[in-house]
Amino acid sequence: MRRALPAASRVLSCRLRRFSTDIVTEDVSASNNLTKEASLYVHWPYCLRRCTYCNFNKYVPKDNNGHVMAECLQRETETLLQLSQVSCITSVFFGGGTPSLAPPSTISIILETISKHASLHDQAEVTLEVNPTLEGRSKLVDFHHAGVNRFSIGVQSLQDEDLKRLGRDHSSAEALQCIREARRLCPGRVSVDVMFGRPSQTFESWEVELSELLQVCDDHVSLYQLTLERGTQLFKQVQGGNVTMLDEEVVSEMYQHARKTLHQHGFQQYEVSNFARNKSGSLHNLSYWKGRQYIGVGPGAHGRFVPLGEGGVSREARTQTLEPDVWIREVQERGHGTRRRIQLSHLQLLEEVLVMGMRMTKGINHKHWELFSPVLGLNEIFGVSVGVRELLQSGHLIMDDRGLRCSWDGLAVLDSILPVLLVELERILLADTRRFFLVV
Amino acid sequence: MKAGRHFSCYRFSRVLLSVPQTDTRGSVDLSKFPVDRIRNFCIVAHIDHGKSTLADRLLEMTGAIAKTEKNKQVLDKLQVERERGITVKAQTASLFYHHKGQQYLLNLIDTPGHVDFSYEVSRSLSACQGVLLIVDANQGIQAQTVANFYLAFEAQLAIIPVINKIDLKNADPDRVESQIEKVLDIPKEECIRISAKLGMNVEKVLQAVVERIPPPTGSIDEPFKALVFDSNFDHYRGVVANIAVVGGRVNKGDKIVSAHLGKTYEVNELGLLRPDEHPTQKLFAGQVGYMVAGMKDVKEAQIGDTLHLQNQPVEALPGFKPAKAMVFAGMYPVDQSEYPALRSAMERLTLNDSSVTVQKDSSLALGAGWRLGFLGLLHMEVFNQRLEQEYNASVIITAPTVPYKAVLSSARLIKEHGSEEITIVNPAHFPDRSVVAEYLEPMVLGTILAPDAYTGKIMSLCLNRRAVQKNMVYIDDQRVMMKYLFPLNEIVVDFYDLLKSLSSGYASFDYENAGYQAADLIKMDILLNGQPVEELTTIIHRTRSYSSGKAMCERLKESIPRQMFEIAVQAAIGSKVIARETIKPYRKNVLAKCYGGDITRKMKLLKKQAEGKKKMRRVGNVDVPKDAFISVLKRKEK
Repeated sequence: MRRALPAASRVLSCRLRRFSTDIVTEDVSASNNLTKEASLYVHWPYCLRRCTYCNFNKYVPKDNNGHVMAECLQRETETLLQLSQVSCITSVFFGGGTPSLAPPSTISIILETISKHASLHDQAEVTLEVNPTLEGRSKLVDFHHAGVNRFSIGVQSLQDEDLKRLGRDHSSAEALQCIREARRLCPGRVSVDVMFGRPSQTFESWEVELSELLQVCDDHVSLYQLTLERGTQLFKQVQGGNVTMLDEEVVSEMYQHARKTLHQHGFQQYEVSNFARNKSGSLHNLSYWKGRQYIGVGPGAHGRFVPLGEGGVSREARTQTLEPDVWIREVQERGHGTRRRIQLSHLQLLEEVLVMGMRMTKGINHKHWELFSPVLGLNEIFGVSVGVRELLQSGHLIMDDRGLRCSWDGLAVLDSILPVLLVELERILLADTRRFFLVV
Repeated sequence: MKAGRHFSCYRFSRVLLSVPQTDTRGSVDLSKFPVDRIRNFCIVAHIDHGKSTLADRLLEMTGAIAKTEKNKQVLDKLQVERERGITVKAQTASLFYHHKGQQYLLNLIDTPGHVDFSYEVSRSLSACQGVLLIVDANQGIQAQTVANFYLAFEAQLAIIPVINKIDLKNADPDRVESQIEKVLDIPKEECIRISAKLGMNVEKVLQAVVERIPPPTGSIDEPFKALVFDSNFDHYRGVVANIAVVGGRVNKGDKIVSAHLGKTYEVNELGLLRPDEHPTQKLFAGQVGYMVAGMKDVKEAQIGDTLHLQNQPVEALPGFKPAKAMVFAGMYPVDQSEYPALRSAMERLTLNDSSVTVQKDSSLALGAGWRLGFLGLLHMEVFNQRLEQEYNASVIITAPTVPYKAVLSSARLIKEHGSEEITIVNPAHFPDRSVVAEYLEPMVLGTILAPDAYTGKIMSLCLNRRAVQKNMVYIDDQRVMMKYLFPLNEIVVDFYDLLKSLSSGYASFDYENAGYQAADLIKMDILLNGQPVEELTTIIHRTRSYSSGKAMCERLKESIPRQMFEIAVQAAIGSKVIARETIKPYRKNVLAKCYGGDITRKMKLLKKQAEGKKKMRRVGNVDVPKDAFISVLKRKEK
């Protein structure tokens, strides 16, 4: 797994990074680290074109303002790191938009900025989403030099017809080349994003596509279901009757088939959409699901952290300004573009921990829960509920010494399980608050 | 103030009008109107044939109201009445009219136009000696024309046929006259052709009222005796009773007794309705007016009750049939937090409508509410509309049901119930076949009038509704009158709408109650994964069970969200399943998508689902949203 230290920029960044030893936080020390650590997400908002299905915060740039964007991302990173007072950034993720459109120098500047204000271990996971065009592929080396050590490649489909229909600007051949190149640079640290439930797909074509994919992919696969979102071109097409979305049953079968097939090829499903072998799970995404702090930098980025720097004591849900131009102006004026800050109540925090945690196949273990809810354990909260008992009996949920988690079947219907758990969580917590007040 | 405003109307009086003599207090001296100069009459008509317009003209011509453009349906005070062009609450107006050198007191007692309100109609009729039967010169005789005619005929009243709207381009009064002759057996010559809208020939109507309607019987010298034919509730004065003085006289301050309750009251206020209240000191035999006598509850002023003076008892007038609810429906607040507000609205509304029966009810799915009994479908709709319009209350109304009966065979049960025959309103109380000699269902005699082009379609609709044809006649060369005996249950939901649509709106329908008939009734349960859903149990005719069960299962399937397991939605009679729908389980219900840290939206969605879950009703292991019950139980929107 260890890589040779390459390139000049890497040397530079290593010098600047403060070394820390606790890159993989274990639960033992987790409690202390909850507010000292965070992962960091950087949003690059630009795309060359809009995909028909995408409702993410992205813009087709009018002019070349990459330089200003780089400056502002750097500036906001500084501001938010200071605000959060975290001493360690455990992972970095460059997402978008199309972050592979960003100049590699921007990536390196941001990583350097992080290192200046917090420790970022040189083995800390730094992921970049790559659009597998010729441009994306040719810049991989430079991104790697800039400090990226994990690539997530937006393959989406191996069918050229579909790629065209979805509005993607690459071919399947280009995607395969990109995967090869990325694997060469970061062996074992390349993920592919694939989309199922596409309007023209059939179960059979998905079977074929999946086995093709298994022949070329590295050790990580993210499977996303195409969802119809308002405001997208696809939405209009479906409304206009020009495109028909697949039947729910077929999509279910596609999902189940992929889960089985990936499992047979040694991939462990560790989350609803994510599969890894050889311990190549994405640490960055895992830290979301484990309820850790994260700092969101860039237009429309989301964060969850305690703003210790201004005396905050509870975690906030923070959203940055959406429109890049407005965000840029705000960062230039006051150092950050945070548009919305909401203090999470204890209940809200636990709700997020529950909802995110249950997405993992390992679920929520007792220690993990205790970190956030030291008084009321999983058993106290979920042990007495009729609804939960039914889920345990029907085999959708498992609760044991390890903790609370979904069964294989349960994970596929998580969104039907979560409301039951949320009702129970709220009920017990409110009852507990009342009891607390009665005692006082 | 009301009276004051009223007096000002006299300035607009027309030649016809002579100012009635007033005593020193400024009120009318009613002693100047002996019985033979009084006429009590009402106007009956099919909907929209111009009853209210004629009433407006009569009021104007006799100076009761000023003649202005605004006089439209003066007697229809309720918003629902004006909107639907119907009269719900009977109103009374006393008119002064000069005829051949004599001044007459004409009491116009307005009546509801629809047979649902036939109880109100019969109350009003009982205070009258004659009716004006209005028929539209274009539409001719309609179902309600016939129904109203028979009510008046049975009450032995003088009937004056009035053909209205002769100004219309398509008016064909000749045809209508022959219809009247043929169907109602009234000679053509007796018809008066008018245009109430233009005031054309309305004078002739007033003359006919005086000449053709007999004066009330009874004399001023008899002991006081009055009929209560309507009542209203006023927050300040209590009950305001509308009375027809049958004999003798009554003075303000008199002690009177209600023959029904035996309670004594003091008369605080007396007067005429013109149509606003116009206080007087006395009312005399033959006159019609209002009385306030310290009654606190409308139940104290029972419709049909007889009033007499204290210490001068009289033989009570023949009582009225009490209103009998024929259509029942559950009524629930949309949100349980609105229950108290809805309750107070219902209380206020029922104060003025004693014909609605109210019973508290509670449904596991819909919460606390009421089971209401109505005289008929229109009555139910009007009640609902008044609740919404006048009290701003929004309600869920369940599909209407009818009262069934069972003749018990089990001696033990007969003893328990105290009678052999029991009425079943709630399906939960439906006795098992094994203890029942026979079940009975309410029947109605329906009258349908339509152009003969639609006869075929109408006959097959009626056959479909288990109706038996009793009679069919051509009332002229194009229009047919059909009489059918229907099970009431078959017409309460959508019959009228279907009839209207298949006849392009040309068919009219009316019905009267026709007792009970033996019927093959069964109780149908709806099961979710084998568990019966109490609030969906229905009593139904065996031949209807399959289609109705299937429809209910289908509607439930549409409105119960998929769950993690399969749900069997079944309709069953006893242990026999007659219809089934299956709600497939979710095989996948999880968003396989990367959030990029944006979980706010997903959290909101999940929280909303969790909130919804709390409000769902659990049947066995199935969560059923309230909307599912509403979609099955609720009366379908038109």
